[in-house]
This record gives sequence, C-alpha cells and structure tokens, in this order.
Amino acid sequence: MNKSLIKKITSNQLFIPIMALLLLAVINLIVDPGFFKVTLRTNNDGNPVLSGSLITILDYGSELAILAIGMTLVTAASGGQDISVGATIAIAGSAMLRVLCGTNPRPDAIQAPIIVAFLVACLVGMLCGAFNGALVSIFKIQPMIATLILFTAGRPIAAWINFNRLPIVPDPKFKYFGGFIPGIPIPTTVFIMLLCVLVIALVLKFTNLGLYTQAVGINEKSARLNGINPTFVKFLAFVILGLCVAVAALIKVSRIATINYNVIAKDIEMDAILAVALGGNALSGGKFNMWASVLGAYVIQALTTTLYKFHISSDALAAYKAVVVILLVFFSAPKVREYVGDFFKKMKAKKKTAQLVAVGDSAAEVISGENEEVEEDN
Amino acid sequence: MDKSKMKGGLFSKVSDTNLLFSITVTIFILMYASAVIFQGGGFRKPQTLFNILSSNAALIITALGLSIVMISGGIDISVGGVVALVTMSCAVYLDYCPGANIWVSMLIAVGIGLAFGIVQGFLVAYFDIQPFIVTLAGMFFARGMTTIVHTKPFNVENEAFRKLKDTRIVIPGAGSYNKHNIYQPAKIEIGVVVALVLVVVLFLVLRYTKLGRSFYAVGGNKQSALMLGINVRRTKFLSHVICGLLAGIAGYVYFLNVGSGSAAHATGMEMNAIASSIIGGTLLTGGVGNIVGTLFGVLSLCTIQNMVASAGLGDAWWTGITIAAMLCIFLLIQSIVIRQKKRALRV
Repeated sequence: MNKSLIKKITSNQLFIPIMALLLLAVINLIVDPGFFKVTLRTNNDGNPVLSGSLITILDYGSELAILAIGMTLVTAASGGQDISVGATIAIAGSAMLRVLCGTNPRPDAIQAPIIVAFLVACLVGMLCGAFNGALVSIFKIQPMIATLILFTAGRPIAAWINFNRLPIVPDPKFKYFGGFIPGIPIPTTVFIMLLCVLVIALVLKFTNLGLYTQAVGINEKSARLNGINPTFVKFLAFVILGLCVAVAALIKVSRIATINYNVIAKDIEMDAILAVALGGNALSGGKFNMWASVLGAYVIQALTTTLYKFHISSDALAAYKAVVVILLVFFSAPKVREYVGDFFKKMKAKKKTAQLVAVGDSAAEVISGENEEVEEDN
Repeated sequence: MDKSKMKGGLFSKVSDTNLLFSITVTIFILMYASAVIFQGGGFRKPQTLFNILSSNAALIITALGLSIVMISGGIDISVGGVVALVTMSCAVYLDYCPGANIWVSMLIAVGIGLAFGIVQGFLVAYFDIQPFIVTLAGMFFARGMTTIVHTKPFNVENEAFRKLKDTRIVIPGAGSYNKHNIYQPAKIEIGVVVALVLVVVLFLVLRYTKLGRSFYAVGGNKQSALMLGINVRRTKFLSHVICGLLAGIAGYVYFLNVGSGSAAHATGMEMNAIASSIIGGTLLTGGVGNIVGTLFGVLSLCTIQNMVASAGLGDAWWTGITIAAMLCIFLLIQSIVIRQKKRALRV
C-alpha cells in the first residue's frame, strides 16, 4: 500500500519540478538563508515595493512562464521546438517602440496609446508565428530548422524596423508592465502571468485545443483519420506562441523603456525549452501538462538566480545550465529508464536468490522497495 | 524555383542527390556570373574568390561535418561553440603556458572537437536522445566554457604561431596587376588547403567506403538499414564523432585566420554551416546530400554576402536577412521538390 502511494506521487508530472524546486531551496537554505528574505523598500519612484531573491524569481520567472505556455503547445503539436522566440521578442518589441515613438527616437510624448502599440506587437508576433507555423505545417520542414530562419533574421529585422536607433519611451506609465504599479508592492509581471494562465486554462477547459494538440502530437496520421486537421492544429500552436512572445516582449521592453537588439531576450529560447523539459513533457511531442511547464519556468529562474548568488557571470551561466539540461534529458530519456529498469530487475533477481540462500526476507523487501523508488525517480 | 517546376517530369529519373546538387551548382554559377557582369571590378579577379575561400575555410570544414551528420539523419548545432572554445583554449595555451608548442595546440583543438563529438554522439546514438537538444546543450556548454577558460578576448603573441598564421601559399598564374601595373600573385591561407583536402577525402569516403554508404542508408531509412545488417547506432555515433572532429579542426583553422581567442568568435557559425549545407543540397530529413555540393553551398552563401557588402548595403543586419532569405528559399525548393517527386512516384 505504501509502495503504491509512492508510485502515485512519483509518477505525477509535477513531481520533477517540485523536487527540483525543493532541492534548490535546500541548497540556498544551507549556503545563505538570506536568500529567503523579502523586504519592503521604497523604489526610485517613491512606491513601496517588495524586494529579495524570491521576488526576483517571481518577477523574471513570470515572463518565462508565459513563453513556456506557448512553447508547450508547439512542442506537443509539432514534436519540435521554436528556437526563434528570443529573436521574435526583439521584432515584436521593436515594432512596439516604432508605434510608441514614431520616427523620432527621442519623442516628448508617446505617439500612440500603449494599447495600440501592444496590439501591433501582438499582430507582429502572430505573423512571425504564422510564418514559422506555415513552414512547419504546410511545407513540412522540421520545426527547429524552420525557426532557424527567424533566429538569424530576427534581430537584424528588429534593428531595421527602427533604423538601428534606440528609441526611448518617455511615458512613465509604460514602465508599469515590467515594474510595479504605484501602490501595489507585487511585480506587475505576476499579474500578467496569472492573466495568461487563466486565459489558457479557460481555453483548454472549454475548447478541444488540448485534446487535438495531443492527438496530432502522438500520431498525426491517426489524428487526420479521426477528422482533425493536423496542419491547422500545428499552425495554431505556432500562432499562439507568437501571441505569448508579444506579451513577453511587452514585459521585456517595458523593463528598460527601450531596446537593445543584440541583448534583449538573449538565450531565452534555451530557458523556455528547458522549462518544458523540466515539466516532464516529452520533447518529441504528444501528451503535455501545461502547469508542469509553468512550474518548470519558475524552477529555471530559481536556478538562474541561485547561480547568480554564487557570483557566476552571466556568460558562464550557459555552461552550468547546459549541464542541467543534459542531466535532465539523460534521465528522462526512455532508453535510459529502460536500461536502469533492467539493471534493477537484474539486481532484484540476484537479491532474491541471495535471499533464498541466506537471511530473513524482511530486510530484502525493504531494499527492493527502495530500489523501486530510485527507479521511479529516474 | 522555375527550374524545378520545368524539370517536373524528369524528377523520377534523377536521384535526389544529383538533382539538388545540380540546382546548387547552377545557382552558384549564375550568381557569380551576375556578380562579375553587374558589379564587375573585384569579382573579376581570381583573388576575390581566393579571399572568400581564405576567410571561410573554417566554415567549409564545419559545413562538411554538418553535411555528414545531416545525411545520416541528425543535426549538430554545437559546432560554432566548439570553434569558439578551441580558439580560446589554444590562445590561452599558447600565451600563458611557458614553452608552448604549436603542435600541442593543434592536438588540443582536435581533442576538444573529438570530446564533444564522442559525448554528443554517445548520447544521441546509444540513448536515443534528440540530437537537437543534446547539441543545443553542447553549444551552450561550449560557449559558457569559453568564458570560464578566459573572460576577455586577446591576440596571441606566440612567435611560432604568428609565423604559421602569416604563411601564404602562392597560386601560380592566377595573379593580377594592380593600379600601378605591379603584378600581385594570388595567395591563399593554409586553412584553404586543409579544407580542400578534407573535401576530397570526405567525398571519396562518402562515395566509395562502406561507412560512407551506411551514412546514406541510415539517414534514408533506419529500418531498412538495420535489415541490411548495418549497425545503425554505431553509424550515427561515428557521424557525430566525425562532425566533432571536423569542428575541432575548423576551430584551429579559424584560429589561424583570426589569430585571437574570444567568446564572440564564430557567433552564428552553426547557422551558416547548416544553411550552406542545405543550400548545397543536403536534405534535412537525411539520406540525401553531396560533399562537393556543400562546398558550393558555402561559396554561394559567401558570394551573396560579398555582393551585399559591395552593393553598398554595408549595414550589418542585411547579411543576416539575406542569409535567412536564401535559406528560406532553398528550404522551400527542397520541400517542393520532395513533394513533386512523391507525387510523381505515386502516379
């Protein structure tokens, strides 16, 4: 009975991200308990805001979580990942600035309402998504290669939209999206993330999107035979990711009220893919768990923040994260699980023979129970 | 694209490899001819072609490795990172270790490349992990390691190395007269010779050896390759090892060309290598490709870049946009060609 409970817990998809989060928390607790300190301080605009490592994780993890929502759908539907999200964020952000500032990079007032600029960014993001989606679904090009096109062209296009100038948005209200709204001490990104999660939760609940996406991801041919249009489902997944990208671009651009074409959202595709993988979703498509991905995004951010705490430079960070990814995909690979499973089965068989020969069986049972636990962990 | 439509009826008779190869060569010749006719000047001198070769020898070598991986149905995007790591490691070794020897630095380069190839190949081939994810992690690991080895970019001062770096090979009869009517012999760097030798060797390997043919077989159809008695896992593993080895060699050639170590070296090289491989007629789905085509793919890519630069669109972003546009066009051609061919076979 005990065994079945353990199995139930460990086989849950949320198990891996939660365990990773706990592990990170324990490491931080041992190294520096100050990690968990949250203080209320006054920021430059005179508003009381919360600050601390945990708030940083919540703040920056939220933009990643938004991307993870779209990335999960793309991964599930197409069995591949979109590596152009960072570059598309640059394009959408650049378009937003172009609308807000017009042709003058240093305007005295914004040239269009923020909502219009955001809608334009959404349109641009969805167009980029549609471009990727069309290549993948209609022309049957592998997702990663298809998105390689925008990955290369994205930042140059973003620079071209604003004639390679760096416009600065004069309106202080624009900074609310990536910072704090006066009077509310919680980062605005958290609310944006909650809104996105609510929307996608409602969509998954009341439409067949989730079911169709999984069906296409598991077996495209049988999905087609069941009357689902795989081309459209894949296309839609990329368009939804484009929308998520536009929201992330709003946050990213709002944080600094300007843009740096080469640096904005750099390497974010890696984090987004990692969030999906950490959530226990198969990177080869099929079944997915949206909430595990969202949680995974926060785990990634927690990892990043922890690494920063150890004074690791942002350039070297990639190496450490790469090790985490490799370990993660290694242990979640079906082949490895198979090998480990076989190994423990052999061990068990050996133990059973030993058990017949020698001592009482109670001890052996405990050991075999433990073995099973290890197996499930992997 | 018109060409592919025109040839519609012939598709079933020409093999995929030859068809895509001929498209590439035709486009390259047309492009170079138009460059000579419309932009004239520099493009008429053979030295321009040699310059393109000299500054892109490393790209040719990485593209060769990628072609092999792609022919056997995989992908490797860690090559750019490996090149950067090699430049930095060799630079640090040559300038910070007393009594540094350039031969040892070459060994370091090859060793790093092999290590990446072996680890990645092992994970991909024997554990069935998606090659893209493995090599993506490899790319980030290599880039991160580069900054861990040394943070700031610097020029190598080692004398033996500088001597090797400045060595040029003169091509007889291809020189030209400059403004003052002084004959200037055409020169190429050592890296070009390395690249061209590798092209010939790999071309022969892929065409005439058992291993070479099994790359095509595995990439074309894993199941039937297995039934033919080919060790699929070992073949995949070897394709990654060769790609890693070539990335290491490319790293050293790149290092010889620039003479410095930096984490920013070879940024986006994996992308250019994949693009040239695709332009050269290698099919992403595996089983189709040609080493000589890859050489032409690199040349087409670099010619376009040179044309963009000499057409006055010097701004940095145009290069990225043109490469992406070219890649997009070739991917679409591939997609259409394959579809037409399938349709032709069905009829």
